[in-house]
Amino acid sequence: MPSDPQKDPLHATGASSSQVKFWNDPGKRALLFQILLVAALVGMAWYLGKNVVTNLEQRGITTGFRFLTQEAGFGIPLSLIEYSEASSYGRTFFVGLLNTVLVSVLGIIAATLLGFLIGVARLSENWLVAKLSALYVEIFRNIPLLLQIFFWYFAVLRALPAPRQSIEFFGNYLNIRGLYLPQPVPEAGFGWVWIALLVACVASWLVKRWAHRRQDATGQIFPSSWVVLGLIVGLPLLTFFSVGSPMHLDHPELRGFNFRGGLTIIPELVALWLALTIYTAAFIAETVRGGILAVPHGQLEASMALGLPRMRTLRLVIIPQAMRVIIPPLTSQYLNLTKNSSLATAIGYPDLVSVFAGTTLNQTGQALEVISMTMAVYLTLSILTSLGMGWYNKRMALVER
Amino acid sequence: MLKKTLLATVSLSMAALATQTYAAGTLDAVKSRGYVQCGVTSGVPGFSVPDDKGNWAGLDVDVCRAVAAATLGDASKVKYTPLTAKERFTALASGEIDMLSRVTTWTLSRDTQLGINFTGVNYYDGQGFLVKKDLGLKSVKDLDGATICVQSGTTTELNMADYFRTHGLQHTPVVFDTNEQAASSFDTGRCDAFTTDLSQAFGLRTRMQDPESVVALPEVISKEPLGPVVRQGDDQWFNIVKWSLNAMINAEELGVTSANVDEMKGSDNPNIKRLLGGESGLAKGMNISDDWGYQIVKQVGNYGEAYDRNVGKDSPQKITRGLNNLWNNGGIMYAPPIR
Repeated sequence: MPSDPQKDPLHATGASSSQVKFWNDPGKRALLFQILLVAALVGMAWYLGKNVVTNLEQRGITTGFRFLTQEAGFGIPLSLIEYSEASSYGRTFFVGLLNTVLVSVLGIIAATLLGFLIGVARLSENWLVAKLSALYVEIFRNIPLLLQIFFWYFAVLRALPAPRQSIEFFGNYLNIRGLYLPQPVPEAGFGWVWIALLVACVASWLVKRWAHRRQDATGQIFPSSWVVLGLIVGLPLLTFFSVGSPMHLDHPELRGFNFRGGLTIIPELVALWLALTIYTAAFIAETVRGGILAVPHGQLEASMALGLPRMRTLRLVIIPQAMRVIIPPLTSQYLNLTKNSSLATAIGYPDLVSVFAGTTLNQTGQALEVISMTMAVYLTLSILTSLGMGWYNKRMALVER
Repeated sequence: MLKKTLLATVSLSMAALATQTYAAGTLDAVKSRGYVQCGVTSGVPGFSVPDDKGNWAGLDVDVCRAVAAATLGDASKVKYTPLTAKERFTALASGEIDMLSRVTTWTLSRDTQLGINFTGVNYYDGQGFLVKKDLGLKSVKDLDGATICVQSGTTTELNMADYFRTHGLQHTPVVFDTNEQAASSFDTGRCDAFTTDLSQAFGLRTRMQDPESVVALPEVISKEPLGPVVRQGDDQWFNIVKWSLNAMINAEELGVTSANVDEMKGSDNPNIKRLLGGESGLAKGMNISDDWGYQIVKQVGNYGEAYDRNVGKDSPQKITRGLNNLWNNGGIMYAPPIR
């Protein structure tokens, strides 16, 4: 960087600077070197890029992104968006991407809950609970994830019965092909329920704010959590029944080979989700334990001395301070989970790597384009997670007064 | 899997970065290295599968061995790289292997867009479906609504989708990286049917829990000409691989076998003479030794021998010759003459 004029004696007076040759001026010299470096880097990148393109052309390998608009022609068993064999290769990218996001988000939520539970349990004064949690962490942290995925998929879920011998419970069916659930289908008038939910959310926010102000002013605690729960569950439910239950269930039915209708949760998703959750939860548990142990014991004693109940001590004193230690490593675990979800390809779960970097790559043969797009996705997902967690970390950071 | 694909991709881009193309000169590289690096399957009985001693055998493996016999005079000088369907073309394009002999279907898009060349056909195949016998299915059309296990990155996956779509049938594909995984998933009941090229289906069926309970549906829904593949841009190597296979087919047509090749060497038949190197100078264009044809037949055998040993009457699969019989014997196996 060009140095700041105050620190640079040569810039101090206009007269003296004109007498100095520019290569003797450290500021200008530094600038020159940086321009040269950037130019060299750009030149290098251009040279490499041009080389790749010419050499691929010479070998008769098709390049470019035109393939994204061509018809894919293969089926995908799980898709969150409209997809058929007649869709384009570009569409397979989004189907795979959404499947990756689906299993990652489900995994992150479940792993966080399980991880916090195990982490807190490991610090429990109950000997059995603490030892069981320690055992959990040691077992699942030390077995390679791929083996755990294989275990859930090939050992556990393969033991389920064939479709005709499905296990039935409350209109749900479980068999080797997956879990078949009745699907709620909204009818006309269901929009009112969404509106009620929105109203409940706004009302909850207002109640919370009012309760907080009242506590600041009078010191009286209002049981706002119960009121909020009542609002968010009760209001939409009340609306639902008052407009005449505008919804029916689409039940799965055994027709021909498989169940049709209803919702299907494929075993590949379950196996991958279980393995990712259980594996990552072991790491999160350790992070949580470390975070809680990092809060000085005096804090606990002080809040006890003030007469705060145990739950409130945990919620208001321990966890906010522990979070500051927990969040940065927790972010890494979320990133790991997202990237580990690419092991899906081993058991045929149609994630981005299996669908796009697998089938699409092979059918089109455009390895460079497909792999760059796939890498860009993981990079973007990781950056988004980091940004989100960074924002949360800032909110939780110690505010010094 | 991702790692391997990534590695291959990185090496492909590295190869593309190198200023001079090294696509030419595969023969020189093979000669100086002393062995042929050949891409095969990770285990399809009859085509390429390692035995209990780790020696590879199969119809596809025999093409690799024939090329080694022609170029190096020793059929055993081959190193094998097992590849999944997904990895195979990248491995070839990146120079990781010299040739690919891995039940690969010759299609227009592969031949013209991937920078590769098909050198011929060593097996005429077609796609079929395996189902459990107790379901009592009579036709692929009975498979409406079925879940079907299939290997990813194959023409099989596309043919199935096309077939079901054009016949207005529903199906759910479950896609695996290898054919063995797809077959075993079908075997344990994850799918109602398993689809692949019929020759491989019969091979994989022999490994199922109860092979007798599994049957093939009568329809063959596609043309699958399988053949060896080389990189584009090295015509000399392309010719060597092409003519090694042609020599095997011509040898069968001329009645030359690994057993009688030594006495056939003295034959007056000019076609046999040319095949076995009796007429010098024929192999000059390929820059290999004149006795290349003799070495192939002596060490690997003719096409018929290779067929019977690996997939035909002397193998567990016992697949009849059918389309793969010689053109003058009811099939369509036909090689241009060596002259």
